[in-house]
Amino acid sequence: MRTVFLVAALMVSNSVLAQPIRIGELNSYKVFPAFLEPYKKGMELALEEINAAGGVNGRKLELVSRDDGGTPGDAVRVAEELLSREKADVLMGTFASNVGLAVANLANQRKVLFLASEPLTDKIVWENGNRYTFRLRPSTYMQTAMLVPQAAKLGKKRWAIVYPNYEYGQSAAASFKKLLSQAQPGIEFVAEQAPALGKIDAGAVVQALADAKPDAIFSALFAADLQKFVREGNTRGLFKNVAVVNLLGGEPEYLDPLKDETPEGWWVTGYPWSEIDTPEHKRFRDAYQKRWNDYPRVGSVVGYTSVYAIANAAKKAGSADTEKLVEALKGLQMQSPFGPITWRPIDHQSTMGAYVGQLAKKGGRGVMVNWHYADGAKFQPSDREIRALRKE
Amino acid sequence: MSGSAVLLQFLNGLSGASALFLVAAGLSLIFGVTRIVNFAHGSLYMLGMYLAVWLSARIGFWASVPLAAALVAAGGAAVEMLLLRRIYKAPELFQLLATFAVVLLVKDLALWAWGPEDTLGPRAPGFAGAVEIAGRAFPQYDLLLIGLGPLVFLLLYLLLTKTRWGILVRAATQDREMVGALGVNQKLLFTAVFMLGAGLAGLGGALVIPREPASLEIDLAVVSDAFVVVVVGGLGSIPGAFLAALLIGEIKAFCIGLGYSKITLAVEFIVMAVVLVLRPWGLLGRPQAAMRGPAALEAPLDPPSGRAVAALLALFAGLAAIPAFTTGYTLVLLTDVLVFALFAASLHFMMGPGGMASFGHAAYFGLGAYGAGVLLLRLAAPMELALALAPLFALAGALVFGWFCVRLSGVYLAMLTLAFAQIAWSIAFQWDAVTGGSNGLIGVWPAAWLASKTAFYYAALLVCAAALALLWRLVFSPFGYALRASRDSALRAEAIGIPVRAVQWAAFCVAGLFAGLAGALFAFSKGSISPETLSVPRSVEGLVMVLLGGVQTLTGPVWGAALFTWLEDSVSRGFEYWRAAIGGVILLLVLAFPRGVAGFVRERIAR
Amino acid sequence: MSVLSVRGLSKAYGGVQAVHNVSFRVEGGEVVAMIGPNGAGKSTCFNMLNGQLAPDAGEIKLGEASLVGLAPHRIWRLGVGRTFQITATFGSMSVRENVQMALLSHHRRLASILSSAPRCCVDEADALLERVGMRSQAGRPCAVLAYGDLKRVELALALAHRPRLLLMDEPTAGMAPGERGELMQLAAVLARDDRLAVLFTEHDMDVVFGYASRVIVLHMGEIIASGTPDEVRADPRVREVYLGDA
Repeated sequence: MRTVFLVAALMVSNSVLAQPIRIGELNSYKVFPAFLEPYKKGMELALEEINAAGGVNGRKLELVSRDDGGTPGDAVRVAEELLSREKADVLMGTFASNVGLAVANLANQRKVLFLASEPLTDKIVWENGNRYTFRLRPSTYMQTAMLVPQAAKLGKKRWAIVYPNYEYGQSAAASFKKLLSQAQPGIEFVAEQAPALGKIDAGAVVQALADAKPDAIFSALFAADLQKFVREGNTRGLFKNVAVVNLLGGEPEYLDPLKDETPEGWWVTGYPWSEIDTPEHKRFRDAYQKRWNDYPRVGSVVGYTSVYAIANAAKKAGSADTEKLVEALKGLQMQSPFGPITWRPIDHQSTMGAYVGQLAKKGGRGVMVNWHYADGAKFQPSDREIRALRKE
Repeated sequence: MSGSAVLLQFLNGLSGASALFLVAAGLSLIFGVTRIVNFAHGSLYMLGMYLAVWLSARIGFWASVPLAAALVAAGGAAVEMLLLRRIYKAPELFQLLATFAVVLLVKDLALWAWGPEDTLGPRAPGFAGAVEIAGRAFPQYDLLLIGLGPLVFLLLYLLLTKTRWGILVRAATQDREMVGALGVNQKLLFTAVFMLGAGLAGLGGALVIPREPASLEIDLAVVSDAFVVVVVGGLGSIPGAFLAALLIGEIKAFCIGLGYSKITLAVEFIVMAVVLVLRPWGLLGRPQAAMRGPAALEAPLDPPSGRAVAALLALFAGLAAIPAFTTGYTLVLLTDVLVFALFAASLHFMMGPGGMASFGHAAYFGLGAYGAGVLLLRLAAPMELALALAPLFALAGALVFGWFCVRLSGVYLAMLTLAFAQIAWSIAFQWDAVTGGSNGLIGVWPAAWLASKTAFYYAALLVCAAALALLWRLVFSPFGYALRASRDSALRAEAIGIPVRAVQWAAFCVAGLFAGLAGALFAFSKGSISPETLSVPRSVEGLVMVLLGGVQTLTGPVWGAALFTWLEDSVSRGFEYWRAAIGGVILLLVLAFPRGVAGFVRERIAR
Repeated sequence: MSVLSVRGLSKAYGGVQAVHNVSFRVEGGEVVAMIGPNGAGKSTCFNMLNGQLAPDAGEIKLGEASLVGLAPHRIWRLGVGRTFQITATFGSMSVRENVQMALLSHHRRLASILSSAPRCCVDEADALLERVGMRSQAGRPCAVLAYGDLKRVELALALAHRPRLLLMDEPTAGMAPGERGELMQLAAVLARDDRLAVLFTEHDMDVVFGYASRVIVLHMGEIIASGTPDEVRADPRVREVYLGDA
């Protein structure tokens, strides 16, 4: 009789062990395809690698991917669907800040782990941070802070600022002003332009910036806005004697479309994928190119690393139980294509960094030169400030 | 600003105005003659951009511009002949639903053909550089655009005033039935006008590729700009569109020049609201000839029969029983359906019995949602109280906006509602301290006893069912009759002592109040709200739900909301081109049931 | 005290003087016809009387109350009912519902939101319809009625508030000859029994001279003659305008 029970118990635990770990992934694939298609490829590559190596604790990793419609309302419904119908063990993904925050908020309510891979908003780990939400990408604050030392070295006095008018741009501008004023007292901000996201009237904006006669410009523009800004600025000679610092400007997603109009000498954060020759990056790049016959973008790294983060956390936790995963992810150290990263226990932010360098033209396309890796761990406010923001 | 800065910004404004004029002129022509509110006009513009980008890599920029315009014109003609021609006789605004489906189809067509990345066109050969004006570099291409706008205007003006065809078009703009009665081949005229309008949109799109990247998001952005220009100028008036494009182009350029770039988020809508309040038919528009013939006749609306009431009660009982079988995602989806059903029904109240179509109904949905969030998070009100009081925020908005809106009618009224919605949206988007800015308000969860999916589902079911019952009751109350009377014949209504505007204003407020209730429920079901709750797409969705279900029925909006929500949920999950799939389904429904789904079912039963 | 007194009424469109310095009175119990060729200013005059148009000058009094500047729905409340040249009824409602609508307004119940309109004032509505001879068609939608029947529904609507003044713009246009008599007979009975003042415009001279107790002739916006049917018939200016007599 006892053996029967034992066998039954074994079978039960075996079947639990054999059940796959399900990642419920949602993202705005239709709204930000330039970033998210490489992201998806990165995720799939990681998934294949992990499962080929036998999965996690003997369990396969499964990915259920959904389009979140690009709006918080739809995203929350999709997340609910992933949780209830698809029985996802963890949530992952999102791009825009408002969507990321809405899903983080739901994760907190439903008590499920949410790995926010891309949203840059500072709030997701600070003001609106919660026990169940972790974020991979370096935040707006971190990336701005990475650029500030370069900006200060330029020694320019009159700065103009241009950014897309929504939270990302606003907080980039605010952080930049604050940090640069600290690093280089006595500077002046002579103009501020905040065009609507995706709707920059580049001619008028370039003209207005030129009228303010700045020595340097800080820009947080990206995607179509950046393309328009660069072309108008080139035509109207805005950049001739003006230094420019552009957040995200070196990410292949936004740099590649500039082609032969790439403005030279700009300081940017980005990803010089062809030139990073660390062993971990080479391995990733080769595998990615082999699998997809395409070069990796930032999105690829983000998708790839996100899946690995969940796999590593599950391995460390020895289970897919939410509370155990949360504890495992806190302080987890792991390898990424950018080098080792740590998931900070204090605010659930990973220390993944970004590459800071200058734009240049090579063979009719934009590349990054003079670059270095800025480790995310080094560009953080003090723990005290963070605790105050998280109201802990 | 220095003198040269003023001059340069003036020129920037002019070049922006030219591009705006091209797309608006086509839209104005199409509306003037066919009375179709062509939502797909921005999609035609987008198609022009993509085609020009693609062609210019093969045959050079200058050859690609006319070719892209011609291809888009042909596409426009095809849309008119294959689709719109079949539904001119359908109730007003139904064509809008069809053009919305075209928007979805074209978007996915572009995605399929050209991929998701934004692509900037080449610089125009011969106009790649800059000239020096007042000591500053000004793009040669912008100068070219500044010249092209007036040139196209002149050509159009000559076409419309000096040719027989143009005179027919103008006559049709004034009085469509009359031209039909004169024995003119109306079909051919409509196709030709649609083709010309589409061609202008395509030309506008092709011409801007050296300045604007072709992107999948441009369609709705452009169509709303174009609508603003057309309405500010006066529907059907080409000189009006030209004037309005100049006005808006310049105002935008100077907002940026003077450092008020944040206001560009809503500046054209502020201009439109001011113009419509002061001049109800736009700058150069004229009051429209009233529609005659069968389309103007309103279908009778009978109170639901005993059997219908019993069926609705059975449905309610069925919905109440669902949590016994599932507590999972179905409840989440059904909660959404309920919320949108109430939202659509509130819109229907003013659109159907009220005869006032709104393009900005999400404003009240959003105000209710933000009301709930602000009460809960900023004023620390208990959740139950926040839910109860939130609709009053929407009511307050409707009181103010409605007062202006009911002074107008038809498309002008609809556009003024859109303007107010956009203004409300931009306030929600920027007022960080109260609304949380672009991120919105996070943590708007129901009280603990309603926190479970099942509990909240029951709450939503009860509130929505009660609200729907009340709304329907209202339709058949003396007030509802007075509203319908005001729609059927304002003249007669006034002549029997009905204060038409007051009744319409009250109805506007009722619609706002119930939309606000839906919005508050929505906020609590999602736990957060962001500006998208009062954005244009949300308004359009409401409109689509009402039209899909049938404006002339009572319960239609509920079925429309259920169908749309379910379609969106199920199709978007499994299919990459889900937008096109939804567009295709809408098109099929439009062609098969030109009276809406519920209207069709009712006709079947009546037979 | 006259029911309606109009003094110095004028209205111009652009440079065209549509109505110029028109003055007249209508007493209770009188049936007055306003005639004149097309474009004489009859409709403009009517539209000023019920508030659809604002006059440029002049005064309009219903009893003691001035009507100038009031909205049509207020003028109705003061006791002016009207029918239109091109009939205006509520197309989405049945004949009975149309009348119920007017009665709801009469009883000041328009703001009522929870009672059921189809159940309000049914008997009263049917009585009014009986009076205009439309009782048998009470359940039909207005959209399908014959033109003459619509005119009668309009009359019922105009009477719902028990007006002191009834304005009828071409009440018999589009009716069969037999029907015309019935309708005007009804108007005459109302005027006699309820001391109602009736003012109507009409092209059909048989109707005018058969039923009007007084006739006012407008030409190019001005009153050129006024008096009993016989006096007007004999007036040389009227003969000139209508018959081209020298």
